[in-house]
Amino acid sequence: MKSPALPSYSSARRTVFPYLFTLFFLLALIDSWRRVGVDLFIFFEPLGREHLLKFLTGMFPPAYSYDFLSLMVRPALETIQISVMGTLIAIAIGFPLGILATRNFSVAGVLNDADTTGSPARLVTRFSIYALARAILSLFRSIPEFVWAFMFVRAVGLGPFPGVLAIGIAYGGMLGKVYSEIFESVNPRPLEALQSTGANKLQIFFYGWFPQVLPNFVSYTLYRWECAVRASAILGLVGAGGLGQQIEISMRMFNFNEVLTILIILFFMVAAVDTISAKVRAIL
Amino acid sequence: MNGSPPEKKSPSVPWPAHEARDGANLWNYLVAAILVFLFIWSYRGSEIRLAELFGREGGGQILAYIKRLFPPDFSAFTLQEAFKGAIETFAISFLGTLMAAAIAFAVVFFASRNLMYSGLLYELEPKERWSQVLRLVPYLCAKSLLNILRTVPEMVWALIFVFLVGLGPFPGVLALGVHTGGVLGKLFGEVLEDVDQQPIESLQSTGANRLQILFYGILPQVLPQFISYTLYRWEVNIRVAAVLGFVGAGGLGQRIHIAISLFFENQLLTFLIFIYVLVTVVDYLSAYLRRKVI
Repeated sequence: MKSPALPSYSSARRTVFPYLFTLFFLLALIDSWRRVGVDLFIFFEPLGREHLLKFLTGMFPPAYSYDFLSLMVRPALETIQISVMGTLIAIAIGFPLGILATRNFSVAGVLNDADTTGSPARLVTRFSIYALARAILSLFRSIPEFVWAFMFVRAVGLGPFPGVLAIGIAYGGMLGKVYSEIFESVNPRPLEALQSTGANKLQIFFYGWFPQVLPNFVSYTLYRWECAVRASAILGLVGAGGLGQQIEISMRMFNFNEVLTILIILFFMVAAVDTISAKVRAIL
Repeated sequence: MNGSPPEKKSPSVPWPAHEARDGANLWNYLVAAILVFLFIWSYRGSEIRLAELFGREGGGQILAYIKRLFPPDFSAFTLQEAFKGAIETFAISFLGTLMAAAIAFAVVFFASRNLMYSGLLYELEPKERWSQVLRLVPYLCAKSLLNILRTVPEMVWALIFVFLVGLGPFPGVLALGVHTGGVLGKLFGEVLEDVDQQPIESLQSTGANRLQILFYGILPQVLPQFISYTLYRWEVNIRVAAVLGFVGAGGLGQRIHIAISLFFENQLLTFLIFIYVLVTVVDYLSAYLRRKVI
């Protein structure tokens, strides 16, 4: 992380970049400002102040009645369940696609050179498989999980299931990309050694590749699981189960004290998941 | 979405690592049992119906949905809406990230231990209890403020701000700014806490006061990283800004929400293409700027 400080103003080369950058920055700022309709003093105007007061006084004290809390147990657990299943599906999608999207597994490198030299047809086939895997992964992760969730709510109905699918697909795309990056950074020598013993590609993958990347692999997957817990907590806003649905309901009913309670639950849940994941990562 | 990505470990596993470990012991079985239990529990809880998904009916439904997405709707009205939405999304992410950087920059100096009460700057000072407390209080306040901002997800902030200031892109900017402010505050704080001590030490030995040390010893070191983290969060925020509209906070998300709700699948595909292009453009822009800064 440590990079030597190189303040740009002291560099001897003078370019047009700073001026151009400032110009574009100011233009973007002015345009955005007007387009968004920024109102700096909104909370000092009567209406804004009234809403703020209503919100703040409505929030305290947080709702702590037994009925409400017992109602929240199920959605809170559901959030965890959605995140676990979603991450598992994401691994199921991301792992095979990630392997195929690894350049030195499917197109180039020691494993393929012998096969592909002098055989353009084979090279093209392998390259197109590689490109297809990359394209699918890119498609999966470029559509936000929120949009996926809403589309799946349309397709399979309300409840936690669309949430699981949304997280599975969107995170599958992200995991696949990162897996392929991790796979690409392996030490090629064990692979060569395995190949020289006549191992086939899958064997090379599971005995040469996977043991090398396993710690990185697990650690990144756990990090994604932490993100999945946060994501599944809000996917409910579009009807995909979990705590988000309760937040939406309480917000619509203007029961801000319930919102505060749910946020407190969410805070402890996320903290617990982060701790567990950090513990597991420390063991590795 | 939140927090910092884990440090990438270098792939220097002593080969062959798996042989060095001893075989299955009680601990491994325990972990496996927990995992299996977690899996079954989640499977039942999340009402998964994979059979339905891959069955004739469910699969057919999804295929039909995909078919209805094509061809994308490139009529003048849709394109205009998409352009407007894309520019609005860009504006939300841009202003939101700026606001976040401003919040983080204003708070982070109070929230970093080595600037507030311990470390090199305070070594030579007599340890008086009241002055320690006086320094600890703003530190704790700043730290907990950042924690609160970070804990509440953007979407929930957006819901809250939609209630507070009404529909439109403005609550989206506030939501992004507030949440990302918390995240950036944490990231900036980490940068500040592992700043290189030598320049500070030499400045101190020349008799510079703390403010001078901050401006000449610390800021030049950390600013490039601050900017780099801000750009990284901008990339995250453009994705979030694209869906903030689902709760009424403007941008492309609002159009997508309407298109899905009213079954305008062709329009939906156009908007999705616009999101893809917008996200890619911002990624490249951010990478370019980062190369310029560092």
